Amino acid sequence: MMEKVASYPDSLTEKKFHYCPGCTHGIVHRLVAEIMDEMGIKEETIGVAPVGCSVLAYDYFDCDMHEASHGRAPAVATGIKRVHPDKMVFTYQGDGDLASIGTAEIVHAANRGENITTVFINNAIYGMTGGQMAPTTLEGQKTTTSPYGRNLKEAGNPIRMTEMLSVLDGPAFIARVSVHDPKHIRQAKKALRKAFRLQKEGKGFTMIEVLSTCPTNWGIKPQESLEWLEEYMMPVYPLDVYKDIEEVE
Amino acid sequence: MAEKQLMKGNEVIGEAAIRAGCRYFFGYPITPQNDIPAYMARELPKYDGVFLQAESEVAASNMVYGAAGAGARVLTSSSSPGISLKAEGISYIAGAELPCVIVNIMRGGPGLGSIQPSQSDYFQATKGMAHGDFHLIVYAPSNVQELADLTFKAFNVADQYRTPVMVIGDGMLGQMMEPVEFMEPIDPDELPKKEWATDGAKGREKNVINSLALDPRDLEILNERLQDKYKEIKAQEVMYDEYKMEDAEMAVVAYGTSARIATKAIDMAREAGIKAGLFRPITLYPFPEQELAATTEKIEQYLTVEMSAGQMLEDVRLAVEGRRPIEFYGRMGGMVPETDAILNKLQEMRGE
Repeated sequence: MMEKVASYPDSLTEKKFHYCPGCTHGIVHRLVAEIMDEMGIKEETIGVAPVGCSVLAYDYFDCDMHEASHGRAPAVATGIKRVHPDKMVFTYQGDGDLASIGTAEIVHAANRGENITTVFINNAIYGMTGGQMAPTTLEGQKTTTSPYGRNLKEAGNPIRMTEMLSVLDGPAFIARVSVHDPKHIRQAKKALRKAFRLQKEGKGFTMIEVLSTCPTNWGIKPQESLEWLEEYMMPVYPLDVYKDIEEVE
Repeated sequence: MAEKQLMKGNEVIGEAAIRAGCRYFFGYPITPQNDIPAYMARELPKYDGVFLQAESEVAASNMVYGAAGAGARVLTSSSSPGISLKAEGISYIAGAELPCVIVNIMRGGPGLGSIQPSQSDYFQATKGMAHGDFHLIVYAPSNVQELADLTFKAFNVADQYRTPVMVIGDGMLGQMMEPVEFMEPIDPDELPKKEWATDGAKGREKNVINSLALDPRDLEILNERLQDKYKEIKAQEVMYDEYKMEDAEMAVVAYGTSARIATKAIDMAREAGIKAGLFRPITLYPFPEQELAATTEKIEQYLTVEMSAGQMLEDVRLAVEGRRPIEFYGRMGGMVPETDAILNKLQEMRGE
């Protein structure tokens, strides 16, 4: 018998992703599902899907799912977690959802130390609605609503949610990772696993920001988008662990 | 029923909710409903329940959405401007067919308005809460005992139909103290298990709480199911009350605090020889259309009294269908109708 070294995660349904070619949502979905498999928590996990490209995440994760309104996933997750404090609850949100319309909800869930895990996909653009400027859009980046490039004087600056939230006392673990190459994918999984483990241990709010690609709305090829992420996004959004309760304990 | 106790309206709502098995409250401070969250913050920990002061009404209604989806009996309360903010979550709750109870202790509007009692959210409660084709069941108590009974009932009815239910009062009702008897408490652990709830897919297919249906036919099917539900609610859940209607020749139509004031005016009118009665909708949705229409056989004239510019008035007109004349008397902005003013109006209508 050959040893089985890889398989489709049990925590994903067999439904085919609707994501565009080269989009990294699929990678992150798989990482979360692998962690659910490895921790054996599929039957005790409730996921909260956002409004955005991952609005249909409830079709893909093979656990109980709740579809939230735009930006409110942390509030919905709070309601679920308070009813089932012994269950695992995660939100999966994009940058428009979390860093624009949902800023109040994420800040206060984090500040309460709400014992949930947030997976935050930052691809510097609104994908689902067709490529509008996001709060995370880079300076000079062209989108349908910043056709001459993001002008910082008019549109403000790229927002760093991970840094902002990490100064709060409530969060247990906050890190920024990327999934643009295998090495970074492994590091991303490690961070996600730690976030889920800390939730399991009841340590409080955890969030992993994942730098992601959107070749369709960036208007470049998938391979180029991986390079674009590394070259342009990573200097503005440095990868690091920004808050780790285990370091100070 | 236990012995009677003297309690303030807002606190009665909290106590009735706890007795109905509600252990979760999510809200945000706003006058004049603040005694409800204060009561829940004080009492829920005694039942291992959760009181959470949310960062906003928007967040509070979405916490309710999450908790309701997770299978709990859950309450939120607010006053007019706060209900406008809660509307987002309420639409999702209706779309996902989840049970919950929302209390609106109305104050004058529009905008920031005032903190004085009003009934100017009738349209919002019964017709235009938020986007989409949906209704809430809306209970309008007019005394403290009804606040207790209807809040308790609201949780059972919400679960029965998997629909959000609103209890609507005003600042006067919320602040008023009256004797009240409560229902025997329900143990939430003994309520039927909600098989559709998100509580972890252990040994079963996964559950999804959702109001999204990208295929228009799928969304139409959801809407057809909602409309069937409202049809059933209209057939089964209408509540109203009558006062001195047996021999009445003219009827005041009023609900909540306005109905209390109208009752006094009717007594005075009777003393003055006018055969007046009161028709009081208790459910604003479903509105007692047929029951009000049936009164047109005997009633010659109607007077609708509201603390608004005349919102329920439209439903009264639809029910009466032009068969009898309908007049309106209302005060706005937090002003409360005076008994004498209603009496004068009745006399004027009688040509006296």
